[in-house]
Amino acid sequence: MRLRDSESDARFRKEVRAWLAENLPVLGPRPAYGDWPAKKAYDQRWQRMLFDAGYAGIDWPAAYGGRGATASEQLIFLAESAAAGAPDLGVHFVGQLHAGPTLIAEATDEQRDFHLPRILRGESIWCQGFSEPGAGSDLASLRTRAVRDGDHYVVTGSKIWTSYGFAADYCELLVRTDPDAGKHRGISWLIMPMDTPGIDVRPLRTIQGESEFAEMFLDEVRVPVENLVGRENDGWRVAMVTFSFERGTSLVRELLTAMTMVEELATLAKTLGHGQYHSGPRAGQSRTAWDDDAIRREIGQVAAELDAMWALTRRNVTRAAGGGGVPPSGGSAFKLTYSEAIHHFGEVAMKVLERYAISLDALPLGAGAGLPVGRHIIEHLHAFAISIGAGTSQIQKNILAERVLGLPRER
Amino acid sequence: MHFDLDEDGLALQATVRDLCGARLPLETTRNWTDAASFDRAAWSALAGLGAFTMTQPEARGGLELGVADAGLVFQVLGAELVPGPLVAAALVADLDERVGAGEAFATVVTRPPAGSGPARAGGPWVIPHLDLAADVYVVDDQGVWRTAAGAVEGTPVPNPLDPTTPMWLADAVPAGEQVGGPELARGWLLRGSVLASALLAGNATRTVELATAYAKQREQFGRVIGGFQAVKHLLAEAFTRAEVARVAVDAAAVALDDAGTSVGDGEGEGFDDGYADPTFNPVRAIAGARVLAADAASRNAKTAIQVHGGMGFTWETTIHLFLKRAWILRNAFTTPEEAADTVAHSLARPKWMAA
Repeated sequence: MRLRDSESDARFRKEVRAWLAENLPVLGPRPAYGDWPAKKAYDQRWQRMLFDAGYAGIDWPAAYGGRGATASEQLIFLAESAAAGAPDLGVHFVGQLHAGPTLIAEATDEQRDFHLPRILRGESIWCQGFSEPGAGSDLASLRTRAVRDGDHYVVTGSKIWTSYGFAADYCELLVRTDPDAGKHRGISWLIMPMDTPGIDVRPLRTIQGESEFAEMFLDEVRVPVENLVGRENDGWRVAMVTFSFERGTSLVRELLTAMTMVEELATLAKTLGHGQYHSGPRAGQSRTAWDDDAIRREIGQVAAELDAMWALTRRNVTRAAGGGGVPPSGGSAFKLTYSEAIHHFGEVAMKVLERYAISLDALPLGAGAGLPVGRHIIEHLHAFAISIGAGTSQIQKNILAERVLGLPRER
Repeated sequence: MHFDLDEDGLALQATVRDLCGARLPLETTRNWTDAASFDRAAWSALAGLGAFTMTQPEARGGLELGVADAGLVFQVLGAELVPGPLVAAALVADLDERVGAGEAFATVVTRPPAGSGPARAGGPWVIPHLDLAADVYVVDDQGVWRTAAGAVEGTPVPNPLDPTTPMWLADAVPAGEQVGGPELARGWLLRGSVLASALLAGNATRTVELATAYAKQREQFGRVIGGFQAVKHLLAEAFTRAEVARVAVDAAAVALDDAGTSVGDGEGEGFDDGYADPTFNPVRAIAGARVLAADAASRNAKTAIQVHGGMGFTWETTIHLFLKRAWILRNAFTTPEEAADTVAHSLARPKWMAA
């Protein structure tokens, strides 16, 4: 077992670090939270810079325009990006991590030739049209209908949790093409251009105040039959391909950011006053959350949990590099434990911030940009997105119990 | 980077597992409650595989492998619940080839911290396997000392919590001969801690296996209880804890191997090797591994007892032995509480925050 960089890994790390140091200042400041048009432009600018430097699609095969980097290089790139404070994929999340890899695995040459370069250059933004109001954990019960009419499907229904729906040019859309088949068998995976008439996207405000999610209403939207990916009625299998990417490594960048946020929380714990004002014998003595053994140790526990998720990530990508992707034992174990670690992180953050846990923004006091309080509370609220999205923790436990431990299936 | 067991690692584990099945089965070893009942021949056979000399140079009869490989072996020993002074044997092999070869026994104790009242001066000392041991090694922040076991006036602990880890109490341990300085002491504390955590991770893995097997055959309400979602989720959670504990232990052992002999105290700076990965700091990684492995072993054994229902509550089954061993090992060379504090103190200030 080896965790250290090989010589070529070390060279790659140096190169990435130098490139980030040179190019991040050119990109300019991050737009304000919730300013989505500015965010889209910012993410697209960064993606284009990555593309020009040869870092776009870092783990995609070279034959499809990616860098074809090794698993180690992919993690080095993510770790260096997080350490440098570089933007994450942002609006490119669905295209880069879901739709792109799915197209590489399942699409026709024409579909790949058209879409993959546009995704890599950051020119086309994708959104996900999977979940429905009536189809959450039981995704296969989805009811959005696609009726064949000549060389088009006519699609009617509604979708929810449509990530980046407001910004998207294309949608990876799951529809029911055969209502009479069993629920897993009548589904198809379509590429839907978002400028087609009949699509109504409404932003969905989450408990975080803002979010990348939307609701999407489809009223007789005409999608060309040539936009089918995989065979008709074989969409459930194609969607499972998409999920294997989602549960594999798509949370790694978030993990790396969370690891730096624990460092930030520790620093806040050493800085902010804690507990009630003392007029008695301890009057005038400073007291911080860091002085509280229980809180300090809990910060250590959370850091240990996140460090272990980083170790698990490296085991998962090592296994994936052996072929066959991240096995469910690793993918679901990561998803489940990372969810719990982020909830735990949020609990500790509330104890550290204490009376200052009052805003979703930075508090306008202290030196420079002020106290970065809000992002810790947003991260706490975001923990639900982790433990609910992409298969709830309860679904992950079913997957582990049935597919890994071999216990009897539900139903 | 390649962070998974290769064929050699898997073969090593299989060899140790096979020997444990043949010579150290739990039905037998659960009765090794003192030196008289301890099967020295089986212990020697285990030593013969190199279980205690994995990291020793070839000239000293060792395999010249890393702590990571030793950790893989100790995960198997933990899963098989092998009794005896396992971690002590792997440490003392540095100084005494007979112990590494399984021909003699040693026990390693850490100096008890000062308490208050009657314990103000520190103590009493807690010494496992004193009846087996030829020598007692004392570790504190100044170094390592050796004392003949016969020179220690110990009182056997009645009704030991873990029946196959008999313990003695002593008001004092004679100073003995200094056999190592602070560097050896620090090395032993780290290696001892990660090997004990490897035993805990193996322990956590086995109790899930036992409980899963039971849940697949035990029927109530006309179906196997493993079909009930309440039981499935308990087992999935336990499986996940064990997996996470194993990767944490592996990563910690690899970090210790990579650091070689240049291990600092791990405070403040992270590990400055120019690669910006604070988890490469072995002090932090080993402490983190204890936090997770101790939690996984204790909670998984509890889960396994719960899944076994009334049978799990009997002395007859073996699962309580895993729980009791986990409760002893949690305190070996560090505690999860102290380890959490160590991780907290290893956290650096992020670059973007003003000093």
